[in-house]
Amino acid sequence: MSVKLNCRQVGDVVVIDVEGKITLGEGSSALRESLRDLVSKGQKKILLNLGNVSYIDSSGIGELVSGFTTVANQGGRLKLLNLTKRVKDLLQITKLYTVFDVYDDEAHAVGSFA
Amino acid sequence: MVKTVDRLLDSTLDSVDSAEELVVEIAEQSGFPGDDLHKVGMAVRESMANAVVHGNRYNAHKKVRIRVSGSPERLEISVSDQGNGFDCECLPDPLQETNLLRQSGRGIFLIRAFMDEFHVRRLEPSGTEVLMVKYGAAPSKAT
Repeated sequence: MSVKLNCRQVGDVVVIDVEGKITLGEGSSALRESLRDLVSKGQKKILLNLGNVSYIDSSGIGELVSGFTTVANQGGRLKLLNLTKRVKDLLQITKLYTVFDVYDDEAHAVGSFA
Repeated sequence: MVKTVDRLLDSTLDSVDSAEELVVEIAEQSGFPGDDLHKVGMAVRESMANAVVHGNRYNAHKKVRIRVSGSPERLEISVSDQGNGFDCECLPDPLQETNLLRQSGRGIFLIRAFMDEFHVRRLEPSGTEVLMVKYGAAPSKAT
């Protein structure tokens, strides 16, 4: 298993702890299915904790963008937490860093949805 | 000393992983530092993904050829598919405001960002070759 996802509820925010690789194939599709499942259940506040993501490729970046727009199209918000240096660098060179709301502190990130 | 490898791989996602592992191993043996290993690995992953998914379209009868030549001065990687080819100049710029939220289209951009040289050429009768070069500590630029 290239990626492990764990969803937990913090107030009215769902935090998804992502561990492993978000890459073409299993990793990207697992994240896509998880986000679509939450959106279909009406969840509008989603925080993606990427602190334990060791690798992300262009397909994984595409899933983050797709998740962002899917959630936004349903009137919700998808935010990112705990980016590793490599993920942060990738989002910066692809100019996506300013598209996402990014946080280093979970309590602060959860509070930002209020 | 230059280490060279030439392999034919199936058009599967497993080949993407194994090609990345192969090239990173050669880059490491050639003395490339950790940050470069990540960049080279990612460039190979992206080019292999393009070859398998867009080039050969997972066709079990088509192969991806990867050739690697590594020395402390220069790491050269060629990835060739047997697909219908693509025009690199026609790819949309992923940094343009209107393209920022597109799901795909960042692979070639990332290869260009991570490698020192990037060339694409059509193969006859069909296929595309992507040639990528990363310079080592003592660059040996192409003449």
